[in-house]
Amino acid sequence: MTIEKIQDEIVDEFSMFDDWMQRYEYMIELGKSLPLIDEQYKTDDNIIKGCQSKVWVHAELDGDKLVFTADSDAIITKGIIAILIRAFSNQKPHEIIDASTGFIDEIGLKEHLSPTRANGLVSMVKQLKLYAVAYQTQLN
Amino acid sequence: MTETSFDVKTIRRDFPILNREVNGKPLVYLDNAATSQTPQQVIDVIVDYYQNYNANIHRGVHSLSQEATDAYEAARIKIQKHFNIAKSHEVIFTSGTTHGINLVANGFSSFIKEGDEILVSAMEHHSNIVPWQMLAERTGAVLKVIPMNQNGELVMEEFYALLSNKTKLVFCNHISNALGTINPIEEIIHAAHNIGAAVLVDGAQAAPHIKADLQALNVDFYTISAHKVCGPTGVGMLYGKEEWLKKLPPYQGGGEMIAEVTFEKTTYADLPHKFEAGTPNICGGIGFGAALDYMNRIGFENIASYEDELLQYATEQLLAIEGLKIYGTAKNKTSVISFNIQDIHPYDIGTILDKLGIAVRTGHHCAQPIMDFYQIPGTVRASFCFYNTKEEVDILVKGVERAKNMLL
Repeated sequence: MTIEKIQDEIVDEFSMFDDWMQRYEYMIELGKSLPLIDEQYKTDDNIIKGCQSKVWVHAELDGDKLVFTADSDAIITKGIIAILIRAFSNQKPHEIIDASTGFIDEIGLKEHLSPTRANGLVSMVKQLKLYAVAYQTQLN
Repeated sequence: MTETSFDVKTIRRDFPILNREVNGKPLVYLDNAATSQTPQQVIDVIVDYYQNYNANIHRGVHSLSQEATDAYEAARIKIQKHFNIAKSHEVIFTSGTTHGINLVANGFSSFIKEGDEILVSAMEHHSNIVPWQMLAERTGAVLKVIPMNQNGELVMEEFYALLSNKTKLVFCNHISNALGTINPIEEIIHAAHNIGAAVLVDGAQAAPHIKADLQALNVDFYTISAHKVCGPTGVGMLYGKEEWLKKLPPYQGGGEMIAEVTFEKTTYADLPHKFEAGTPNICGGIGFGAALDYMNRIGFENIASYEDELLQYATEQLLAIEGLKIYGTAKNKTSVISFNIQDIHPYDIGTILDKLGIAVRTGHHCAQPIMDFYQIPGTVRASFCFYNTKEEVDILVKGVERAKNMLL
């Protein structure tokens, strides 16, 4: 499935909820079901800077596609990174680089997060795209 | 528990912000250790200043300048009286507690030499650690830590063991911002003076709860911030004994702190102006005085008694939640409850509580060594003020239970 379609799916899912408590509950569920990063990759190098809670992201190529795994010590943050990984993982690096991030605004994620968490969200998106740039260079 | 006759409903009418909603829910403001709210009486004083006599102070010959100067200096006298300070020039206006500590730490570079020891308590926040670390780096002095126990109380035997003729300075908070512990500062000051060391007490968290008598304490330096005592942000007070303030070199150069300037040499103004370079936070200083007036009208005994009631009630209610652990269980503590539930991250609980309109602080509270001591990433901190109610405690407890059910 393309990044765009996955993002549309996520927007549809979030639009089903009436209020933000339900959306948080859903994010928490997503966080709990996130495929966890291998313990060996939970290193300081893989911590995303800018997040108040700890977030580790690991990226590796599977053929020509980039696969992300992640973890966080806070469950809501884990839910946020789970949404981002669902949107961007298992895609070709150049597709990740070119992908829009408008779906984040559409689901209202940023505006309903505290400023520190919203900054963390921006850092997470930036880091996923940086990984894509790095692996794209490798593939070239 | 004895109910006080404290009329919290009437008091709450003084705080317009308490009527607002957050995320569609009535605000329950429990982040008072970070900053307290400002009553209408203080807001009115601030508005009156800008509407009627906004002018620079001390040097103007015109009437507005004189009015502003009088009001600013009247605020200094209010602070002096509030803390029973011997001389008004021992009251230095600062931008806040951190500024006051930095002023002293910088000045002490002249008196500290390599190998001297400075003692810091294990429960300080960063503002009362970093300036002293910087002093130690500049001078070659050694920073030693007075340890605390699991209850969040200083281990006084260890403190006495650390004291020696090398000890030049001891600094400690009066009340811990992260744990609520009220430290035995009288004992610390007495013991430090016995070996000739000076003592700085960070009174930022104590000022809203305790009316400290600084002459009786015989402390060398005491600092507070106005915004913790229902006043404006960006202004605070450093008390220093006259003998120390005369010895300390000026911290910043510029207008107001000079007596005479030539390109060859500058002589400094007398106290307190020697430490008040530049245009100060005039309106803030005046608002600070008004805030102390407001709190004194309510009465610190009434405040302490009511807040103790709230603390006891909130502690009992929160501890009824299975898996909740309170950090900071000192026998002598004030209205701060720092807690975690099992391994739920404090940010997660804080985020859910915010959605319910409840403002608490989460994280390390600028006191990372305390979190390292307990080996936790941080805590959820609910801190109470005299305008909070038991009904708000009930809302907090329900919110925490809801967050727990969602997050576990």
